[in-house]
Amino acid sequence: MRMLLLLLGAGCATAGSAPSSPAAAPATSAAGPMDSPRNAKPLLLRGATVWTATGKTHAPGEVLIVDGRIQEVGERVSVPPGAVVMDLPGRHVTPGIIDTHSHLGVYPAPHIEAVSDGNEATAPVTAEVEAAHGFWPLDPGIPRALAGGVTAMQVLPGSANLIGGRGFTVKLRPGRSARAMRFPGAPDGLKMACGENPKRVYGRDRKAPPMTRMGNVAGYRAAFSRAREYRDRWDFYRRQLQDWEKKPVAERKERPPPPDRNLQMETLVGAIEGRILVHVHCYRADEMLLMLEIADEFGFRVRSFHHAVEAYKIRDHLARREVGASTWADWWGFKLEAFDGIQENAALLAAAGGRSIIHSDSGIGMQRLNQEAAKAYYKGRAMGLDLTEDEALRWVTINPAWALGIDKSVGTLEPGKMGDVVVWSGHPLSVYSHAEKVLLDGVVAYDLSARPATPSDFETGLGEVGP
Amino acid sequence: MNVLLGIAALETVAIVGGTVETLEGAKIPTATVVMRDGRIERVTPGREVPAGARVVDASGRIVTPGFIAANTALGLVEISLEPTARDQSIESTPPDANRAAFRAVDAINPRSVLIPVQRMEGITSAIAVPEGGLLSGQSAFFDLADGARAEAVVRAPLAIHAHLSAGGGAAVGGSRGYAITHLREILDDARVYSRTRRNYDRNQSRALAGSRLDLEALALVIDGRVPLAIHADREAELLAALDLAREQRVRIVIFGGAEAWRIAPALAREKVPVFVHAFENVPSGFDALSSRLDNAALLQRAGVAVGLSAGGEAHNVRTLRQQAGVAVSWGLPYQEGLRALCRTPAQAFGMGGDYGTLAAGKVANVVVWTGDPLELSSQVEHVFVRGKEMPLRSRQTELRDRYRVLDGMLPRP
Repeated sequence: MRMLLLLLGAGCATAGSAPSSPAAAPATSAAGPMDSPRNAKPLLLRGATVWTATGKTHAPGEVLIVDGRIQEVGERVSVPPGAVVMDLPGRHVTPGIIDTHSHLGVYPAPHIEAVSDGNEATAPVTAEVEAAHGFWPLDPGIPRALAGGVTAMQVLPGSANLIGGRGFTVKLRPGRSARAMRFPGAPDGLKMACGENPKRVYGRDRKAPPMTRMGNVAGYRAAFSRAREYRDRWDFYRRQLQDWEKKPVAERKERPPPPDRNLQMETLVGAIEGRILVHVHCYRADEMLLMLEIADEFGFRVRSFHHAVEAYKIRDHLARREVGASTWADWWGFKLEAFDGIQENAALLAAAGGRSIIHSDSGIGMQRLNQEAAKAYYKGRAMGLDLTEDEALRWVTINPAWALGIDKSVGTLEPGKMGDVVVWSGHPLSVYSHAEKVLLDGVVAYDLSARPATPSDFETGLGEVGP
Repeated sequence: MNVLLGIAALETVAIVGGTVETLEGAKIPTATVVMRDGRIERVTPGREVPAGARVVDASGRIVTPGFIAANTALGLVEISLEPTARDQSIESTPPDANRAAFRAVDAINPRSVLIPVQRMEGITSAIAVPEGGLLSGQSAFFDLADGARAEAVVRAPLAIHAHLSAGGGAAVGGSRGYAITHLREILDDARVYSRTRRNYDRNQSRALAGSRLDLEALALVIDGRVPLAIHADREAELLAALDLAREQRVRIVIFGGAEAWRIAPALAREKVPVFVHAFENVPSGFDALSSRLDNAALLQRAGVAVGLSAGGEAHNVRTLRQQAGVAVSWGLPYQEGLRALCRTPAQAFGMGGDYGTLAAGKVANVVVWTGDPLELSSQVEHVFVRGKEMPLRSRQTELRDRYRVLDGMLPRP
């Protein structure tokens, strides 16, 4: 089984300034998701080892969730009257797992052409497309990811293109549309790709640009140059419009005409302005540094590199510039640019003060991101790095939450955050542990003891669905 | 079997005081494994060391047989997407459905940098399998020893591999059914060939389904000297494989088997070993709509010899032990999880006399672990191939060490 059919990338951004570009197309979903279910009564998780992903673990501890939000976490919490109590002796409770890099929904199961909607590989720059528009909410992979403890994921376009389009962040509650599953308030991502993939898809297969890494860079620069011009045209128009509006009505001449709207440019302007977080699929250290130069040239920030198998070679740069790196625990070598991957990659970056993230890029690996983080952590420990289990957990919780711009809402167990919580049967870094219960907004969305699960629509008619 | 010429160890080594999972029976809490001339001399309770032996202290450690990676491209591929670094399939135009003559052994590169990467995670042997077509070729069993190909290879051909998935169907025109028809024709013709070689050589034979070399290779299957390894996932093809085995009187082994749990009793009755991938639970295609994480457990419970498959992968074969851990977490008994990585593959290919457990007389492929080998926190402390301790060093550890300290390495911008 190949987990690496689709090797993609994603983006970066800065703290958002008010939209100044055209049409005010918000980078966040125009309308929020449907109201999520809420428990009427407060919920108390009791008796489990509580990993907060803030550096503190309570063994045992308690978590109180009220109206979908975490109200209190500690050795002992105050229990309001009428609270529902979940006794969890021997269990471990962690924040929900978050994956920065998924293609669920856009490359769903079954993996066939009819539903392969993740690469608009018709031009090397397709910033105008959105993963949300190719997303099949009934992908059978989604409930399986939830069963692995994943509560949020970024769904990204593929990496065929230099600029593949917008990704979006999903909360893994069942929904009938992409919109219904959007993570409330999450900014969109911009997916860019370095290196071999665009070169292969265009240069080698079609004798079209880009054929080389030179062509790749020329393509990013041309696109962002156009985006800056586009932004300038709109800024100029807005100033003109303001001047026009200030004039007494009698003195007004013709109202200044707005520039044409360009969806591709809107997305790139959103990235420049930091409303859309830039995620770049990039393996090699030198190419990551090159992308940072390009980002500097055009005034955008790279939020995180994806795959980043050579992050360890430039961990000082990544740490200093606060650029995240989403990588695997041990995948390597499937192409030359992935040949220098090492198992200590995430650990070395973390030890250097960087933002390490373990991502999946796979509907299989996604079901065990806790184990993937564990492998990377134990390799770091084995080489003598001073890391804690809490740090390892952060690679699949708060760090990906930060990369996706949802760290104020999820990623740790802290008061005020959403009640997106996993109850594990045992130590979450153990190969033998399962997610027993997964809570979204304090409501049980997955329960291991309630097997067999309801089949997905696609699997309906096939009989029992196994774990 | 003369596997130990050339690169067997000369020193006698005693691994002392570890908990030894012989996989012959229950584990032995404190035992000594003595290795001499590339073979295990004895596994005995206690700490008795023969005179002159080098002692490896394994107190508090777990000792297991080296793992055998079934269904890999190890040795055949260096970089998957680089055509000049990939030798596991024949890419002819038009694609040839019958490639039975293709021998993985001739393509194995024992200097592959992928090999130490897997070895230092407890894998000491691999089954290199050709890919593609209806019949993809002949696999080879080799030890992850340092040395020339001829010395590393233990048995080749090990099996001939057939593909009854959608891919196998595509190789003959599109229908899985025609893949079976075609396979039947090929086996019939191989039988004709082996009976009438002289006619064939004199050009007095009707046209047969395959080249001379293909037919020669398949004669090994017809004669029962090697099994036909059938790669199939869907229940219908698995049943067809059982029918074919019965009708053609050939020995089969299943690779893939995503839906094998559905016909576990039949597989047990026919004594067909099945090598599954323990992470597989997504309806990834129309060959595997009903795959599940407890497949291995359900098969084992029904009495099937169940092994784990690296799925044709090469770079990350080391994750086989994680697969075993996951299979155990879904109900496979613990020791069966370990056996799935060594004893089952050895026995499935008739190599149980030399490989797969820790017992006197077996090839000394032995691993000392810091803890439970299936657990993610455990690491390899010592790995022996044919009694020789192998360094825990690979291209990856060398890169790690090169970049252990960055000071002065990269100029600040």
